[in-house]
Amino acid sequence: MSATNQAAAEQYDYDIIKKFSIMAVVWAVVGMFVGVYIASELAWPFLNFDSPYFSFGRFRPVHTGAVIFGFGGSALFATSYYVVQRTCQTRLFAPGLATFTFWGWQAIIVMAATSYVLGYSQGREYAEMEWPIDILIEIVWVSYLAVYVGTLMRRKQAHIYVANWFYLSFILATALLHTFNNLAVPVSMFTLKSYSLFSGTQDAMTQWWYGHNAVGFFLTAAFLGMMYYFVPKHAGRPVYSYRLSIVHFWALSFMYMWVGTHHLHWTALPDWASTLGATFSIMLLLPSWGGMINGIMTLSGAWDKLRTDPIMRFMIVALSFYGMSTFEGPLMSLKDVNALSHYTDWTVGHVHSGALGWVAMISFGSLYHMIPRLWKTEMFSVKLINMHFWLATIGTLLYITAMWISGISQGLMWRAFDDFGNLQYSFVESVAAMHPFYAMRAIGGMFFLTGMLLMAYNVYQTIRQGVRAEVASARAAAATA
Amino acid sequence: MSFKHEIVETNAGVLLVLTMMAISVGGLVEIAPLFFIKDTTEKVDGVRPYTPLESRGRDLYVREGCYLCHSQMIRPFRDEQLRYGHYSLAAESKYDHPFQWGSKRTGPDLARVGGKYSNEWHVQHLLSPRSVVPESVMPNYPWLLETKLDISDVGDRMRALRVVGVPYSANQEEYDRNVKQFGEKVAKTLVIADAQKNLVAQAQEGNYDGDRSSVSEMDALVAYLQVLGTMVDFSKIKPEELVKFR
Repeated sequence: MSATNQAAAEQYDYDIIKKFSIMAVVWAVVGMFVGVYIASELAWPFLNFDSPYFSFGRFRPVHTGAVIFGFGGSALFATSYYVVQRTCQTRLFAPGLATFTFWGWQAIIVMAATSYVLGYSQGREYAEMEWPIDILIEIVWVSYLAVYVGTLMRRKQAHIYVANWFYLSFILATALLHTFNNLAVPVSMFTLKSYSLFSGTQDAMTQWWYGHNAVGFFLTAAFLGMMYYFVPKHAGRPVYSYRLSIVHFWALSFMYMWVGTHHLHWTALPDWASTLGATFSIMLLLPSWGGMINGIMTLSGAWDKLRTDPIMRFMIVALSFYGMSTFEGPLMSLKDVNALSHYTDWTVGHVHSGALGWVAMISFGSLYHMIPRLWKTEMFSVKLINMHFWLATIGTLLYITAMWISGISQGLMWRAFDDFGNLQYSFVESVAAMHPFYAMRAIGGMFFLTGMLLMAYNVYQTIRQGVRAEVASARAAAATA
Repeated sequence: MSFKHEIVETNAGVLLVLTMMAISVGGLVEIAPLFFIKDTTEKVDGVRPYTPLESRGRDLYVREGCYLCHSQMIRPFRDEQLRYGHYSLAAESKYDHPFQWGSKRTGPDLARVGGKYSNEWHVQHLLSPRSVVPESVMPNYPWLLETKLDISDVGDRMRALRVVGVPYSANQEEYDRNVKQFGEKVAKTLVIADAQKNLVAQAQEGNYDGDRSSVSEMDALVAYLQVLGTMVDFSKIKPEELVKFR
C-alpha cells in the first residue's frame, strides 16, 4: 500500500478536497440540466408530461437546490478546505469530521431533491427542505465551522489571510440564517410536513432576510473568498490593495444583512423596513465594487495572461459579471424601478447574471486551477477550457438578454392603459408575448450546460491521467525498493 | 488611533466575534421590531383561520409549488387594483404559516382569486389549463382529481398550526374565545376534535369538484382558491383607516 503511505505523508489533506471537487462538477451537470429542463417547460409546457414528479412547481426547487447547495456548496467546501490549509500551512483539523461534512452534505442534496419531487416543501424559496433535512444541515454546518476554525487555530502563519475572513463570514452567516429561517413545528414525529413558526409579514421578513443573504453570503462572500485566493494565485501577483480588502470585507459583512427587505417593496411589510433595505442596498454598491476592483486590478502588470490563459479569462469575466450584477441589484432595489421589475423575469435574469456570470464562472476558474494541482498533473485539454469559456459566456449573455427583454416587457404590459383608462392587456397576453424569450432563455441555458459537459469530460480525463501517473510512479518506487 | 487591524488578522477568536457582531445587527434591527410594533399587522374584521378543508387545500398549494409562479400580494398600484382588486393587507395573511406572497408572476396574482371563477372553471383549468386559456404555460394537474384527499391527519395538522399560533380550539375555553372573536358559525369550523367531520361536510356542501361521493384533493385545493381574498369586506372599511398602517 505504498500509495496510501505516500498520501499520508503529504503536506495537506487533499482527499476530502478531491471528493468535493468531483461532486461540484457532478451537481453542476445535474442542476444545470434540471434548469434547462424547467426553462423548457415554461416555453413548451407539454414537457410537464402530466406527471406530479416533473411538474414545474416541484422541479424548480430541485434545480435551485442542486446548483446552489450541490454545485455551489461543494465548490465552496472544496476550495475553502484547500485555501485554509494552504494559507495556514497546516493540515485540516479533525479530518474525520471533515469527511462527515462530505457525506452529510451529499446526503442532504439527495434527500432534499427526492423530497421535493415527492411533494414535501416548506414553501420558502431556497429553503424548501423540510425539518429533518434542516436538522442534518445544522449538524453538518456546525461540524464545518469546527473544522474550519480548528484549522485556523492551528495555523503556522501569524496572519489569517483575507480569503479566510470571507469564508468564515459565510459559514457564520449561513448558520445564523439557516437557524432562524427554518423554525417550524412538525405535524408529527413521523412525517416530513411542518408549519413555519412565523406567519404573514413576520414570516415574509424572515424568509427574505434569509433569501437575500443566501445570495449575499452563500453566493457572494464565500465566492469572494475563492476570488481572493485563486485570482492572485493564478495571476502570480499579490492582491491589489490589502487596505481595500479590509474595508470592503467589513462593509460587506455588515451591510448585506440589511438589504433583504428590498424583495418586499410595496407589500404589506411596513414601509420603514423596506426603505431601510433599499438604503443599504444602494450603499452596498461601494463594498461590492471595492471587491471587484480589488480583484480585477490584481491583474495589473499581467494583463497579457487574458490573451493566453482561458482560466484567467474565466476569473476576470466572473469579476466583470459580479460588478455588473452588483450595479443592477441596487438599481432594482430603488422603489420606482422595483415597482416595474418585481414579479417579472427581470429578477430571474438578475439572479442568473450573478449565478452564471459570477458564481459559476469564478468556480470554473478556481476548479480548473485547483484540480490539476490536487491530482498532480496538467489539465487534459486547454482547448476544451477555452471552448467551455465561450459557451458559458454566450449562454449567460443569451439568458440575461432574454430575461431583460421579457421582464421589462411584462412590467410595461401589466401597467399599460388604453385611451379610456382601462388595462390595455389581459394577463395571458403578456404570457403569450414571452414565448420567444422563454425559448431564447432555454437555448442560453443549453449553451451553458454544453460548456459544463465539456468541463466534466475534461476533468474526468484529467483525473484519469493523474491517477495513471501516480500508479506508475508508485510502481516505479516499489520496483526500486 | 491605537487600534490596529493586525489584532483581528492574527487572532481567530477576535475575527470570529467581530464578524458575528457585524452580521447580527441588520437582522436584529429589521426583524425583531416587527414582532413588537402593533402597527405591523392592522386589525381588520373578517380575517379568520382556514377551515380544515381550506387548510388542506393550502397544504396542496404549497406541495405543488404554486408560489413559484403565482404571487399572493397585490401592490397599491392602479393597474393592480384594476386587475386583481384592493391591495393586500398584512392582516389577510396573518394565519398563513408559511406566507405565500411569492416573488414571481409567471401566472397572475391569486391573492383575490376567490369567487372570480366558478368551481367548474377551476376544476377544468387545473386539469388542463390550455383547454380554457390556450396561451397558458401552466402544467396540467390531473392527479388532483384522481387522488382521494388524505384526511387521517387533519387533526394533527391543526394541532401543529395551533402550536404556532393559529386559534384552532382544543378545549371549551378556546372555543368560547373563538365564538366571541369570529362568531359561532366560524368557531365551529375551528374545533380540532371535529376536523374530519367538518372537512367532509364542507366538501359535500361545496361540491367543489362536482363529485359528492368522495373528497378529492381537487375539492380541497379549489376550496382554498375560492376563499382567497374574500374574508375582508372592503365596502365596510374606510381607506383612511388603512393609511395609518402604511
